Amino acid sequence: MSISPFFFYAFASIAVICSLFVILKKNPVASAFSLVLVFFAFAGIYALLDAHLIAALQIFVYAGAIMVLFVFVIMLLNADVPSFDMGRTHLGLKAVAGLLSAVTLGIFIWTFKSSAWNAALGPFTGDAIEASGGNTQVISELMFSEYILPFELTSVLLLAAIIGAVAIAKRKLSVGRSQ
Amino acid sequence: MLALIPLFPLVGFLINGSWYAFGQAPAGCHKAGSKIPGAIATLFIFFSFIVSAFIFNQLLSMEPEHRFIEQVLFSWMKVGGFNLEMAFRVDSLSTLFTLVITGVGTLIHLYSIGYMSHDETPGKFFAYLNLFCFAMLMLVIGSSLPILFLGWEGVGLCSYLLIGYWYTDEEKAKAGKKAFVVNRVGDLGFLLGMFIIFWTFGTLDFTELKHGVEQAVHTGTLVADASVVTLICILLFVGCMGKSAQIPLYIWLPDAMAGPTPVSALIHAATMVTSGIYMVSRLNFLYALSPSALNVVATVGAFTAFFAATIAIAQRDIKKVLAYSTVSQLGYMFLGCGVGAFSAGVFHVITHAFFKALLFLGAGSVIHGMHEEQDIWKMGGLKSKMPKTFLTFAVGWIAICGLPPFSGFFSKDEILWQAFSSVHGSRVLWGLGAVTAVMTAFYMTRLFYLTFLGQPRFDEKKMVSHHAHHDDDHHGHDHGHSDHSVGVHESPWMMTLPLQVLALLSAVGGLMGIPHMSWLEHWLEPVIPGHEGAHGASLVGGVDPQMEWILMGVSVLGAILGIAVAFKLYRNLKGVEGLAQRFAPLHRALENKWYVDEIYEALIIKPLQGLAQVLWKCFDVGVIDRIVLSFGRVSAWTGQTVRLMQTGSIQVYALMLLVGLVATAGYFIYGWH
Amino acid sequence: MTQVEPWVILSFCAIIFFIGFTGVLIRRNILIVLMCIELMLNAVNLTFVTFSKQLQHMGGQMSVFFVITVAAAESAVGLGLVIAMFRTLRSVDTDEIQLLRE
Repeated sequence: MSISPFFFYAFASIAVICSLFVILKKNPVASAFSLVLVFFAFAGIYALLDAHLIAALQIFVYAGAIMVLFVFVIMLLNADVPSFDMGRTHLGLKAVAGLLSAVTLGIFIWTFKSSAWNAALGPFTGDAIEASGGNTQVISELMFSEYILPFELTSVLLLAAIIGAVAIAKRKLSVGRSQ
Repeated sequence: MLALIPLFPLVGFLINGSWYAFGQAPAGCHKAGSKIPGAIATLFIFFSFIVSAFIFNQLLSMEPEHRFIEQVLFSWMKVGGFNLEMAFRVDSLSTLFTLVITGVGTLIHLYSIGYMSHDETPGKFFAYLNLFCFAMLMLVIGSSLPILFLGWEGVGLCSYLLIGYWYTDEEKAKAGKKAFVVNRVGDLGFLLGMFIIFWTFGTLDFTELKHGVEQAVHTGTLVADASVVTLICILLFVGCMGKSAQIPLYIWLPDAMAGPTPVSALIHAATMVTSGIYMVSRLNFLYALSPSALNVVATVGAFTAFFAATIAIAQRDIKKVLAYSTVSQLGYMFLGCGVGAFSAGVFHVITHAFFKALLFLGAGSVIHGMHEEQDIWKMGGLKSKMPKTFLTFAVGWIAICGLPPFSGFFSKDEILWQAFSSVHGSRVLWGLGAVTAVMTAFYMTRLFYLTFLGQPRFDEKKMVSHHAHHDDDHHGHDHGHSDHSVGVHESPWMMTLPLQVLALLSAVGGLMGIPHMSWLEHWLEPVIPGHEGAHGASLVGGVDPQMEWILMGVSVLGAILGIAVAFKLYRNLKGVEGLAQRFAPLHRALENKWYVDEIYEALIIKPLQGLAQVLWKCFDVGVIDRIVLSFGRVSAWTGQTVRLMQTGSIQVYALMLLVGLVATAGYFIYGWH
Repeated sequence: MTQVEPWVILSFCAIIFFIGFTGVLIRRNILIVLMCIELMLNAVNLTFVTFSKQLQHMGGQMSVFFVITVAAAESAVGLGLVIAMFRTLRSVDTDEIQLLRE
């Protein structure tokens, strides 16, 4: 993979450190902002990997919409008060969780390291993409030809999510309240 | 045709039983009197008698070798190579028994109509009686041991039902239970004997068994006095000990007097208790092979006869005396069989059926007339008040004492002679038998005297009918003696007619077995072959044939001696009491039947109950219940423990997911690497 | 190091993923748990894109497109649920969500 190691490691380290902040910080708002930084770092890595549309979408949707929503909810619920959970959750449980995660991580890394690439390569080489008009062009063309069905379905899904979110979060009208 | 013999009483049982169960037992139904159910029952058993007589007639005209009739009804059990059919076979031996059962049975049924006229549930009674006859007939005409056993168990059941007929009285119910349980103990021996027979000979059918045994003897595979044959014979005899009330399983028979008197007459005198002798005679070919078993039978029989007679001397209840007398006479029958004289045993069965049934029915008549009084010390002088009963009872009395020419003399004397002279007999056995004969004469005379002769020892005016107050319930119900509600009176014709018939039979019945001219012995030849010690042949054991007449004279003299002593003694009642005082411990022991029941209670019953208690508390509750409950407890505990996993916290569940993931991934990686 | 081996990128994804998973397991604030879930989804997205680049197949990036969409919808609904739940529980502590508890 001919990407620049420097940028990759830079973005990677930011991402790792910030994700550690996400899970370790007491203040939920601090966690949220760390997560935003993680998303930015990810966007950078996507760009390194020539996934330009995805990088842009990452920032628009994730960092721009979802995280804003998160911060809204945190503020709404006054949950920005630092939670006291760090001390009270059973320490053994946390140790076990961490240990098991580390073990599984080790297994995964070891798997990735020792596996060989045998799959047949597809046609979308970097030059071919360049020739077709860039990453966004290619994705758009594919989206509306080969992947049209999932595309339409996602729109239905989004509609459902909108209605669902409104229905769930709406305050129930109490009896006697004047209309 | 053969099937009709047991079928008639079975139908009678069904008719009476269903009528009782559906028409009389439910509350509010009109209770029938004893006449109609009784008439139905008597009629059916009479039909059975007619068929039996017809069969007997047929057999009379047959050659000895072919003197049997067989009928197969259906195949009952078919398991592997074992094929058991419901089949009947009537030959010389069983036809005699069927005649006795149905004949005496008819008379007793007729008697019961009068005796049970005041009973609440006569329909039930007659249904049971018919059921009993059915089972007894199955017993004697079955062609194989299992069918015999079927009848065996059936009579045991009916015995229980009938002894405990008045079950509301706890003592009577207990007596029924005792009879059944003790019978069961004997039945265990019977069953074991059957199993070993099947195991050794491969068949349970009588004809096949006989052939098999003959074969085995012929080819030499079965030596004389082989231990397996002895074992079989002794085990089967254990069954007889139970059913035919020998020591040590006789204890139920005196208690069985709690049942109505016709029951005692039919079951415990004439029929059920003789099934043991029937079985032994039927299997005489097996017993003949084992002198040791024969010895056991004879010894037990002789000793039982002696023992029971001693107890009978001191009993107060009229029925108890007769009960112990029955045990004693059964001992005689086994003595006869045990010395190899099976036909003598059968002869005594028949004559005993006549006179003992007569005596019991007479006792019933007395009890009925004395308004349920049973203590002979409270009777006396009934000769004038109940003449018919007195005369017939007298015939029975003479017969059982063994005075010629009445039937008891011939049969008892035959047994005593065989006991003396047979190869399997001995002087000791004869001695026991002879002494018992004297005692029999003594206590029967005592009974007769105290009941009928002498001065009345009761206040007649106080003899109020126990059923005076029942009259209100039984309107239009003919007692047969409706205007005698006070005082002692003779019984109605329905009760005295059977007495008279039986008296006649007791008187002349002996003629079938006169020594040296015994029609009976000749008749039974196909089934019971003649043996050493038979009349006329020169005998092994070196007994002079002349001894027979001498012994005959001795037994007659002994009987007369017994009678005379009793007469002299009981003429002076004060003297008797003085005698009883002088021998007080002995008298007490005799009156309390040698405390046998108490000994059994202490030695057997109490330890068993203690053992049962221990097994119950320690083993059943402590171990088994614990094991079973622990399954539940373990399940509950497991549930409780596993339940701790259900924290309701999703994060814990996610942790479980991770654990599973690690395990699965690790397993696959390990396998793949 | 002129090249970054693919496995390095993939193991980086794995690291982020398991950091997120650990966060799900150990944090008691439901909002932080939801954030960690987003973290995991992102790690997966990066894996897809890596494979897409490596195998020169666009399917990876298309999948990421849809994953992002669905994640957005899911977080909207999820946060709506948190708000609804907050009304009853008055707290965002996961320990309070005990109705499944036996």
